[in-house]
Amino acid sequence: MSIWEYANPKKFVESTTPILPWLFALAGLSLVVGLVWGFFFTPDDFRQGSTVKIIYLHVPSALMAINAWLMMLVTSLIWLVRRHHVSALAAKAAAPVGITMTLIALATGAIWGQPMWGTYWAWDPRLTSFLILFLFYLGYVALWEAISDPDTAADLTSVLCIVGSVFALLSRYAVNFWNQGLHQGASLSLDKEENVADVFYQPLLVCIAGFVLLFLALVVLRTRTEIRLRRIRALEMRARRTGVSA
Amino acid sequence: MMPDLGKYADAVLGAYAASIVLLVLIVWLSWRKAVSVRKRLAEVEGRTDG
Repeated sequence: MSIWEYANPKKFVESTTPILPWLFALAGLSLVVGLVWGFFFTPDDFRQGSTVKIIYLHVPSALMAINAWLMMLVTSLIWLVRRHHVSALAAKAAAPVGITMTLIALATGAIWGQPMWGTYWAWDPRLTSFLILFLFYLGYVALWEAISDPDTAADLTSVLCIVGSVFALLSRYAVNFWNQGLHQGASLSLDKEENVADVFYQPLLVCIAGFVLLFLALVVLRTRTEIRLRRIRALEMRARRTGVSA
Repeated sequence: MMPDLGKYADAVLGAYAASIVLLVLIVWLSWRKAVSVRKRLAEVEGRTDG
């Protein structure tokens, strides 16, 4: 069976119906386990004190904020190349979830920054590119809402998504590109020296799994809603045409 | 049961509260919209079939 069969809206709705409750259940379970483990059962860091507990929210949300945009990039490219409506609708569905993830990352980063850096905000390369990514998210949603023809909206938002991907990648790699600013390097690394200690790492992985699963569940749910909205629009247009011709 | 968060208690609790509110909000808004659109589609399909 080809993956492109799922580009059929009816097939997509039918095939996601049984898995959606499981996705939400697994996401909820992972988040509860990861956050409770991280909040209640991990020690304070010798430098950061108890603020290290913010890592369980900040790192997964920042990861998802960037990856949500990259997922939108892939689905936008599929729309531009293959004109599959479900892929354009999946990109549209992911944007509000990406906004939420970006907001959580910005808010928790600012809250952590005040006691650790002495400021809520600094025009640091990573923070600034993250803020620009947030503005791209808002622009992306606004563009979808501003254009009444859905295919034109999908075309233009796809182009915007390609442009915004520069900032999605910058917000991930800004620390490596410019060796300046307040933001430290990646918390997760294959290099054992750089990676967070095991006692923080394990609950962090569970939290990341929870955020990924929640993102998937929300995107599937919201894509199904967009498909239904598209069907309502088509039925209403057909009814209007029939009414006019009758 | 509650861990001693020391002088950073406000920051840690604030970060958790803000994040949980935002996560619950996006789930609730997505769910509410999904339910209302599903009902509306059933109505429209009922109207056009009839």
